[in-house]
Amino acid sequence: MSVEVLSGRPLVGVLAVQGAFAEHRAALERAGAEVVRVRTGADLAGLRGLVVPGGESTTLRVVAGESGLLHDLRAAVDGGLPVLGTCAGLIALSEEIADGDEPLIGGLDVTVRRNAYGRQVASFEAPVEVPGLGEGPLTAVFIRAPRIERTGPEVEILAELDGAPVAVRQGNLMGVAFHPELTDDLRFHEWLVDRARAHHPVLGTETKEARRVGAQ
Amino acid sequence: MTDESGMNGRTGTMRVKSGHAQMLKGGVIMDVTTPEQARIAEQAGACAVMALERIPADIRAQGGVARMSDPDLIEGIKESVSIPVMAKCRIGHFVEAQILQALDVDYIDESEVLTPADEAHHIDKHRFTVPFVCGATDLGEALRRVAEGAAMIRSKGEAGTGNVVEAVRHMREILGGIRRLTTLSPEELYAAAKELRAPYDLVAWVAEHGRLPVVLFTAGGIATPADAALMMQLGADGVFVGSGIYKSEDPPARARAIVEATTHFDDPAVLARVSAGLKDAMPGIEIDSLGGSQLLQTRGW
Repeated sequence: MSVEVLSGRPLVGVLAVQGAFAEHRAALERAGAEVVRVRTGADLAGLRGLVVPGGESTTLRVVAGESGLLHDLRAAVDGGLPVLGTCAGLIALSEEIADGDEPLIGGLDVTVRRNAYGRQVASFEAPVEVPGLGEGPLTAVFIRAPRIERTGPEVEILAELDGAPVAVRQGNLMGVAFHPELTDDLRFHEWLVDRARAHHPVLGTETKEARRVGAQ
Repeated sequence: MTDESGMNGRTGTMRVKSGHAQMLKGGVIMDVTTPEQARIAEQAGACAVMALERIPADIRAQGGVARMSDPDLIEGIKESVSIPVMAKCRIGHFVEAQILQALDVDYIDESEVLTPADEAHHIDKHRFTVPFVCGATDLGEALRRVAEGAAMIRSKGEAGTGNVVEAVRHMREILGGIRRLTTLSPEELYAAAKELRAPYDLVAWVAEHGRLPVVLFTAGGIATPADAALMMQLGADGVFVGSGIYKSEDPPARARAIVEATTHFDDPAVLARVSAGLKDAMPGIEIDSLGGSQLLQTRGW
């Protein structure tokens, strides 16, 4: 019997090719998930949710591209797996990257531009409202952040800063330009854990009825 | 601040500085001396590059005063890659640091690999918007650097030797020191702070959390994929590789293998696969064959 069934906590993975793995794990555990790291396609088995963390997207492209992991991740996204991508993770989920690079995982109908807020000395933190996920501002930490330049018709904008979207959602995919894992605000991780509870690794995201059937 | 896009936000906060190091974790930062080497590093999966004129093995061989790199070289490397670019300044040389910040580098390494400019003081790193990484041989040295504003620590090792033994020693010193602190009673922490020559508040924080307040990388002597994985299994958050790549026979293949080994550091099957067929590693130097005056790790106070 799996850890997940024993604990009642949904199994959520954090992509651990390179980047801020530990901070996401801590936030997800506080939000009620059982957390595993994902470094190969085999690690995706049984997951109900996934975080693609910040890091260097070129490193992700080299390491996860060659191993076939990006391909497996795309299949998981197409299968309805709930995914939260932060910073480089947003880049990874984007269908289009403005400088002409091929998409990494894709699935989120947006165009992003890498490092568009400037180099490290321009990295900043600012208060951002995310009314769709709860009242009150959170502190958004932008580090060499990507900018969302286009959003498709299916994409819901959850937060904006200076007229540009900084948090977007499309179905079970959430892309965030900043780093919620560097603060104590759990709204994004709670959203993912909530979606993970409603998602079955085999049956997809269905009704409670389907979930109950799937658990038998 | 108001940046080019006109939005209001705060730059240079400790969260923004140390947060950047969080994003480098699990990655490899490679020394490069040309735009071409920087591109090789990026294509191999490096998470950042360190722009410098001479790699440590050559600094060691050629002698003389080693200084900050020419701004033209740094600019050329910045233009050639999209990953973060770091650069080194001399210990205590705050004007070199001001210049590097004006050049918009992403991180400054206040490095013992260059010839120190001040024999008593390190740079007051709180005064800068750009984050700093500093070397340390033990926990007290690491905490003194954090107190001065370092947003990332790397164990020093012995740069330019291709010999991992000093990196291991320093990583064990730092992490062993942390483990010892977690066992002390509150009153013992005051004495520990005195012995570590580090601020009490930082010592108490480490004792409570069981880790440094910033990311801890390793450096100085990593030459093979197995070396990188060894340091990761000992507890490093990531790896700096300098001479180990460009003093080897096949730098692109070795760079790629060290990246792979750093990601899959606890999977011996992957480590065996990536260690195969790399041609010769850098020859390396026995630490005992270096006179005390040739050691770089003793620079810094």
